[in-house]
Amino acid sequence: MAIRVGTDLVSVESVRGSIQAHETRYLERVYTERELNDCRTDAGVDPERLAARFAAKEATLKVLRPGDEAIPWHSIEVRREPSGWVGLELTGPAAALAQDAGMSELALSISHEGEFASAVVVAECSSANGHRSR
Amino acid sequence: MKDDIRQIVKEHGRLSVDVDALTADADLYQAGMTSHASVNVMLALEDRFDVEFPDRMLKRSVFESIASIEASVTELRAQAATR
Repeated sequence: MAIRVGTDLVSVESVRGSIQAHETRYLERVYTERELNDCRTDAGVDPERLAARFAAKEATLKVLRPGDEAIPWHSIEVRREPSGWVGLELTGPAAALAQDAGMSELALSISHEGEFASAVVVAECSSANGHRSR
Repeated sequence: MKDDIRQIVKEHGRLSVDVDALTADADLYQAGMTSHASVNVMLALEDRFDVEFPDRMLKRSVFESIASIEASVTELRAQAATR
């Protein structure tokens, strides 16, 4: 049994700048429709919530350890549960990496305050070193 | 093309060092480029060179240096020209 932990910190200002510079292309390229819906407010899409989700994607990558394998952003989705907590849904190459490492569950916590957003992901791997042969 | 790429990295890479002082092979992540900044670099490259980075290219080695970016853009433009 092995535990992996990933964490990441994202500047909210950098997300705000990306929205201003690239608008829909940035939003749709990085975030899933569900994530965008979860981040919408009456004032539009909330950069703080988006930054937390980007941090979650990066923290997940640190747990998955893809090396130089391509992992599209949409293959790591942050889901807000009805209870208010958040969880992760992996698809495609991200799900394959998790399966290879024998990860049964990934736990996520996100936070944002002012100009920074952070995320922590913890995963339990069933194999001793966290790797299975493909 | 290198000069255009260098300018895009300068404007969008949020590096902690002077981009003009970097060699083409210098590691941009080591120079302070965050993963989020690399998204902005990618989108700016797509605007400038009229290409689209496919999912298979969304990996660290593609954006890790000015030389690797140039190789990737060259490949994408060559593919677009044959269509």
